[in-house]
Amino acid sequence: MSGAKVTAALATAAPTPTRIALALGRLRHPLARPLLALALLLLLDFFLVPGFFHLAVKDGHLYGSLVDIANRAAPLMLAAIGMTLVIATRGIDISVGAVVALSGTVAAVLVGGTMVIQNGVPSYVSRIPMGWALAAALGAAVLCGAWNGLLVAGLKLQPIVATLILMVGGRGLAQLLTDGQIVTVYYQPFFFLGSGYLFGLPCALFIVAIVFAATALLLHKTALGMFIQAVGLNPVAARLAGVRTAALTFFVYVFCSACAGVAGLMICSNIKSADANNAGLLLELDAILAVTLGGTLLAGGSFSLAGSVVGALIIQTLTYTIYAMGVAPEVNMVVKAVVVFLVCMSQSAQFRRLFMRGRAA
Amino acid sequence: MSAAARMRTWSASPRFTSLVTVVLLLVMLGAGGLAYPGFLSEQVLFNLLIDNAFLLVLAIGMGFVILSGGIDLSVGAVLALSTMLCAWLLQVAHWPAPWVVALVLLLGAAFGAAMGALIHYFRLQAFIVTLAGMFLARGLCYLISVESITIDNPLFVSMSRTQLPLPGGFISPGALVALAVLVAAILVARYSAFGRAVYAIGGNEQSALMMGLPVGRTRVGVYALSGFCAALGGVLFAFYMLSGYGLHGQGAELDAIAAVVIGGTLLAGGVGYIAGALSGVLVLGAIQTLIAFDGTLSSWWTKIVIGALLFVFCVVQRLLGASKK
Repeated sequence: MSGAKVTAALATAAPTPTRIALALGRLRHPLARPLLALALLLLLDFFLVPGFFHLAVKDGHLYGSLVDIANRAAPLMLAAIGMTLVIATRGIDISVGAVVALSGTVAAVLVGGTMVIQNGVPSYVSRIPMGWALAAALGAAVLCGAWNGLLVAGLKLQPIVATLILMVGGRGLAQLLTDGQIVTVYYQPFFFLGSGYLFGLPCALFIVAIVFAATALLLHKTALGMFIQAVGLNPVAARLAGVRTAALTFFVYVFCSACAGVAGLMICSNIKSADANNAGLLLELDAILAVTLGGTLLAGGSFSLAGSVVGALIIQTLTYTIYAMGVAPEVNMVVKAVVVFLVCMSQSAQFRRLFMRGRAA
Repeated sequence: MSAAARMRTWSASPRFTSLVTVVLLLVMLGAGGLAYPGFLSEQVLFNLLIDNAFLLVLAIGMGFVILSGGIDLSVGAVLALSTMLCAWLLQVAHWPAPWVVALVLLLGAAFGAAMGALIHYFRLQAFIVTLAGMFLARGLCYLISVESITIDNPLFVSMSRTQLPLPGGFISPGALVALAVLVAAILVARYSAFGRAVYAIGGNEQSALMMGLPVGRTRVGVYALSGFCAALGGVLFAFYMLSGYGLHGQGAELDAIAAVVIGGTLLAGGVGYIAGALSGVLVLGAIQTLIAFDGTLSSWWTKIVIGALLFVFCVVQRLLGASKK
């Protein structure tokens, strides 16, 4: 069939939408593809892992693989939410892992904690009040974000270079704080953040839900989301249209680091210690991957917060599946690489054109 | 032209930032010599080269990629994969050493070329493609073996043990290979059509295309070259460590990028010198040597100082670039 005939056929077919076209239209919804991928993975787990969807209540807590996956994905979901906004403005933040290490370290060093037995009753004492320690850790994360934001928005450095500085230096600073040691925390209330339960569900999930809801409200109920999208689509046009591009760019880097800071607290609280060398290692890459999987283009512009959360869940489910299949966990990387390639290809207009041409011929 | 104006034009040229690095290196070495007896011996300087030979080769490949306006995050992982392949082919498959080296170099170039083709023909972002390449190469390491494999091949062992005498000390064959690659790379960047095309694409891809330069071929070539350099870096690393391991060269891509930036190459592409890779790598090496000589400073100061240096160089480049306009 020649090209002209195809267009003619398409033109005549267009006014009468068939059922297939409707279904395809629904697939166009930005969340459709990530959700489909997640569903496929879960289906695979349904066949591979006996009792995968089984949920049980023990000691008032909900247990099950699904809860476990969501709980473990919590830090990644937070990092991905922050990264989404940065990527939407055409930026990238590769210092997320370092910020995670830094905030966890600050919290662990300040909380410290010892168990004191008074009159036979063990009680836990922190070095300084926990609220202050958490605030200091988040403050450190926000400072990191402000540093990144200043370099990108103020000095107009390329985002990848600007955040590379903190990626290299941040971990060094964290190690400086701990003297290169792993700091263990002995303060019971601190563990609630990463491994506690609220209403039968992991506390971490509530934190993610709150951050997600607050961000979504802020972006969609105010003009902020539109401004961010405008900066990503065309920074110059956005600036000429009166959007305060520099302030906005500064804000997204601070926000991304703050999210990473919360993720760092969560990880530190979950493993009850701060490992400046390894905490959050490569988390930035997983976060970027989650954002890409969620349908946000790395070229900036339109973004999907929910998509990024689904992307983080996809990554964690993938990890879980690979463990469940009994394959060496290190092979995970190969699978991830293949997934990234496939997702990138599906986003590439050139590839789609090639594919379509092949089908028409 | 007034002296001040001439000064300004001169300081805005890429030569200036590259020269700053060389001065910085000399200052660091001089300060080290004053502070620690024995620091300025020839052998300490030769050791800078011996210990960082693999990084120099990585930085040369990365230099071409960055000059063309791209980035290659996979080099550390490709280095690890190369050490792993070397070790497996020698120890388990019992291949002759020259064949192993040739195959590993070829595979490295092919790996890079494949990434370059994806980047160019499907208009994918270099960052994400080479990130996937990094995951893939590291994962493949573990597919071969999760454990470290020790190499006892006679050729590899002799490459590791040989000390080529020089006045005042000795140098390893690996360091010599790295220097040879550097000379070849400088010649290619300066005098070949390929080198000029790399600069042109990094400067402005549209103009390069309109000038009729082979943009696609050059870009694929640049990533193939970087893959080749990463594989060669892996072979040199295998000479140096006499083992193959999936955790080798972790973060080496960041060191290579840092070396290129500190060496005076603009990350936006199009401006810089391949020779900057040498000064950048030597600065990184000198920091580590200084910290080792001091003895009281801990290893994490390396990271902090490299971060600070990156910051200073980026800001200087930025300000110089701004003053030019």
